[in-house]
Amino acid sequence: MHQDTHPRQTRRNRRGFLRRISPRILWLLILTLSLPAEARVEIEHWVAQSGARVYFVETHALPILDVAVEFSAGSAYDPRDRAGLGRLTLAMLKAGSARYSEIETGRRIADSGGDLRSSFDVDRAGFSLRVLSSEAERTKAMETLAEMLQAPLFPTEAFEREKARAVANAREGETQPDRIAEKRLYALMYPAHPYGFSASPETLASINREDVERHYRSHYGSTRAVVTIVGDMDRAAAQALAESLTSRLARGVDSALAAVTPAPGGEVARIAHPSAQSHVVLGLAALSYGDPDYFPLLVGNHILGGGGFVSRLTKEVRSRQGYAYSVYSYFRPAARDGPFLVGLQTRRDQAKDALERTLELVAEFVARGPTAAEFAAAKKSMIGGYPLRYDTNRKVLDQVAAIGFYRLPLDWLDAYPANVQGVTLAQVRDAFARRVVPAKLSIVVVGAPD
Amino acid sequence: MIPVRSFFFAAALAFAAAVAANPREFDLPNGLRLIVKEDHRAPTVVHQVWYRAGSMDEAPGTTGVAHVLEHMMFKGTRSLGPEEFSRVVAEAGGRENAFTSTDYTAYHQQVHRDRLPLMMRLEADRMVNLVIRPEEFAREIKVVMEERRWRYEDQPRGLLYETLLATAFAAHPYKWPVIGWMQDLQSMSWKDASTWYRRWYAPNNAVVVVVGDVEPEQVLSWARRYYGALARKSIPSRKVLAEPAQRGMKRVIVKAPAELPYVRLAYKAPALRDPANEWEPFAISLLAELLGGSDTARLHQILVRERRVAISVGAEYDMISRGPGMVFLYAAAAQGRSGLDLEMNLREIVARVAAEGVSPEELERAKVQQIAQTIYKRDSFFAQALELGMLESSGLSFRDAERIPERLKAITAEQIRTVAAKYLIDDGLTVALLDPQPLPARAPGAAAPAARH
Repeated sequence: MHQDTHPRQTRRNRRGFLRRISPRILWLLILTLSLPAEARVEIEHWVAQSGARVYFVETHALPILDVAVEFSAGSAYDPRDRAGLGRLTLAMLKAGSARYSEIETGRRIADSGGDLRSSFDVDRAGFSLRVLSSEAERTKAMETLAEMLQAPLFPTEAFEREKARAVANAREGETQPDRIAEKRLYALMYPAHPYGFSASPETLASINREDVERHYRSHYGSTRAVVTIVGDMDRAAAQALAESLTSRLARGVDSALAAVTPAPGGEVARIAHPSAQSHVVLGLAALSYGDPDYFPLLVGNHILGGGGFVSRLTKEVRSRQGYAYSVYSYFRPAARDGPFLVGLQTRRDQAKDALERTLELVAEFVARGPTAAEFAAAKKSMIGGYPLRYDTNRKVLDQVAAIGFYRLPLDWLDAYPANVQGVTLAQVRDAFARRVVPAKLSIVVVGAPD
Repeated sequence: MIPVRSFFFAAALAFAAAVAANPREFDLPNGLRLIVKEDHRAPTVVHQVWYRAGSMDEAPGTTGVAHVLEHMMFKGTRSLGPEEFSRVVAEAGGRENAFTSTDYTAYHQQVHRDRLPLMMRLEADRMVNLVIRPEEFAREIKVVMEERRWRYEDQPRGLLYETLLATAFAAHPYKWPVIGWMQDLQSMSWKDASTWYRRWYAPNNAVVVVVGDVEPEQVLSWARRYYGALARKSIPSRKVLAEPAQRGMKRVIVKAPAELPYVRLAYKAPALRDPANEWEPFAISLLAELLGGSDTARLHQILVRERRVAISVGAEYDMISRGPGMVFLYAAAAQGRSGLDLEMNLREIVARVAAEGVSPEELERAKVQQIAQTIYKRDSFFAQALELGMLESSGLSFRDAERIPERLKAITAEQIRTVAAKYLIDDGLTVALLDPQPLPARAPGAAAPAARH
C-alpha cells in the first residue's frame, strides 16, 4: 500500500458527542453506564532552582521518556513588523550550539533513536523529545537538547538559509486558499492584538540575525519555561534532568500578554481564488484557559460542531445537505481570549447557501441552546470518552504540558468528568449568548468572489 | 561496533520481542479472523474491522466505489436508521472513523473497555445488514465529491501525486486514486455501492483486531456471539494483477496555482512477500530512511542545508503492500530554483548511493531510527492495532511484526548499495513536476475589502 488513505472525516472534527438512541439497544447502554473511575494521572510539580516550572508523571510501563520544554515565546510575542520572528528563532535553536554543530546536534539525537518535534502556537514555543529511557540513549539525547536550548549560536549562514525557507514558505501560503483564509480571519478577529499578526514574505525579509538573538535573550528565560517529563524515570532523575535543561538559561522576565480588545466583527471578507471550492471560515475572540465559562462552552460546542458525526453542523451541512466533507466548530483556548472558529469547504457555486445555512445553525444554537436530550447525550459522551484523553504517554505529555503552561489545577485531568457533569443547560445557553454573538463573527470566504 | 549501539539493539530487540509475543489469533468457523493483543496500560480498547477490499479491487468506470461504500456504512442497517451508528458510538463515549486504501477498507472505534461488546455488535450488524437507501446515497456522493475537491483538486501537491500514479502505472489498479475519478463519482449509482458491499463484505473476508485492556478469551466469546453467527459467503477469486516492466523513464507536468516548483519521483520497487527470507524490502526501507528520514538524512543535509536548492524534502517507501512497491522522493524548490533543477539533484544523490554505497554510521543511524519507531508504536493501542491489521490485510501475518526489527538489523551497507543500484534506476522512474501558476491579478498579501453581513 503506497497511497494515502481516505478517512471518512478528518481528525480535526473528531471528539465524540451524541443524542437519543433507539430502544433496541438501550439495554446494553444501561448495563455499561457506570463511570470509568480507575485511572488517575499523578502529576508532581516543583519549581527548579533555575526558576523553571516542572511537571512530572512517572510511569514505567514502557521504556520510553517524553520531555517537553516550552517557553512563553509563541507568535503573540512577535513585533508586528517582524511577524514570524518567534518561529524562526525556534528553528534556529536546532542550528548549532557552543558544543555541537548543527549536524552534530541532529546526529546525536538521531543516533539515540530520539524523535524531536517543534511545537509553536500563539502562546508557546518549544520542543518535545521522545527517547528510549535506557541511560546511554537518554543521556545523549537530553544533553543535546540542553545545549540547543541554553547555548545556541545562531550561525549566520544557517540563519540566512532558515530565513529564505520561511520566506519561500510564506509565498507559497499566499497562493493556497486555506492559508489565505486563516490569515485573513485572524487579522479580522484580532485587529490590534498580536494573535492577529501573521508572517508575510515582507515581515520575514525584514528580520535579521540580531533580532533572533535578541528575541531569544528576552523570551527564553528560565522563568518563562515549563518543563514536562512523562515516562520511565524516577523523581530524583527527573529533578536533575529539569535542572540540566534550564539551569544555564538567564532567569528572564515573565511578561504577560496584553488583553484582547474585542473586534467589532460582523465583517465579511471575500477573496477571489480559482479554487474548485470556496473556503469559508468564521470566528471571534472568545475563550481563555481557566475561564469560568470553559466547561459550559466546551459542552455546548460538542453539540454544535465539535462532537464528530453527530454534531448539529455535521448532520445538517454535511449529511443532510451534502455541502461539505468537513464542517466544524471549536474553541481554541489560549492565554488571552483564544478564538471560537467555524469552517467548511464547499463547491464554489453553493458557497453562499452553505454559509447562510451555517450561520442560521450557529444563530439558532446561540438563541435557543441545545435540547435537553442533546445536552444529556453530550455530557454522557464526553464523560464516557474521558479515558481516551490520556491513554498514551504522548497524550499525557500534551495534556500535562498545557496544565503546566496555563497554570491549571493539577487535578485538571482527574476533575474533567466532574467538571463536565456539573455544567447545567442554563449555563451553556448563557455562556454562548454572552461569548458567541453571531453578529460579531468575522467571516472570510476564499474562492468564489460573490 | 561501538558499545552504545550494541546495547541499544540488545535492549530494543528484547523489548520488541517481549511486547510482540502477546497477540493471539482465533479463526472462527465462518472464516472471520480475530487478533487480540492485551495491553493493560489504560482502561481503553481499540476495535478495528478490516476488509480485504480496497481500490485495487475496483474496475475502470467505478473507481472510488470502495471508498463510497465506506461512507455508506454509516448510513443505516435493517435495524439502525441513518446516523444512528455514530449516535450510539458517541453516546458510549467512543471515537470512531474509517479509512479506505488501495488494499483494504477498515472501520474503527476507541472506547472504554466496557463498551467493546457494543462495538462488536454494531460492526457485526453492518457487516451483513447494511441498507443502502438511494436518497442517502444521493446525498453522500456529494460529500465524497467535496472530499475529492478538497484533497486533490485544490491541493497542487495532491493533484501531482494523483497524476504521478496515473503515469507510473500502465495496467495495475494503483493507477487510479483511492477516492476515484470525478467522472466516475458523478456517474456512480447506489447499485454500484450495493454490488460492492455484497461482493466483499463477509466474515470470511474480514479481520477483527482488538488491542487494549481486555482478556483474549473474553473477547473471543464476544466475537463468537456477535460475529460467529454471521454466514460465510463466497468471495470472488482475485486475478493476479501485474504491472508490465517499465522500459524507460516517464515524465509528466502538472500546472496548478502555487508559488514553489515541486517534484515527486517514483521508482518501482518490490513489496514484502516473504519476511523470513527476503531482505530487499528491508534494505529499501532503510535506504528511504537514510535518504529522507530526518534532518540529518542525505536529502535534507545536501539539498536543504548545503546546496539550498530545496526548502523541504523527503523519501517514502512502504514495504507492506498487496500490490507493487514504490519508492518516492520529493522536494519543494527554494526561491529561484526550478523543478528540473531539483529533479537532477535528487537523481544525482540516488546515483551516488548506487555507485559509492553508504557509510556504516549512516546505516546504523537509519536502523536505530526505524527500530526505535517500532518501540514508540507501543505507546498507542491504535498504532499497534493498525500494524497488525495492515499485515493481515496485505497477505502477511501479524506474527511478522516481531520479525521486522531483527530483519532490519541484519541489513548490510553493501545490501543498501545493491538495492539502490537495482531499483533506483532511470528505467523504472516516473518524474512528476509541478509547474506553479500565478493567481489571476491579485497582489500578494492584498486584502479584499470587508463588508458587513
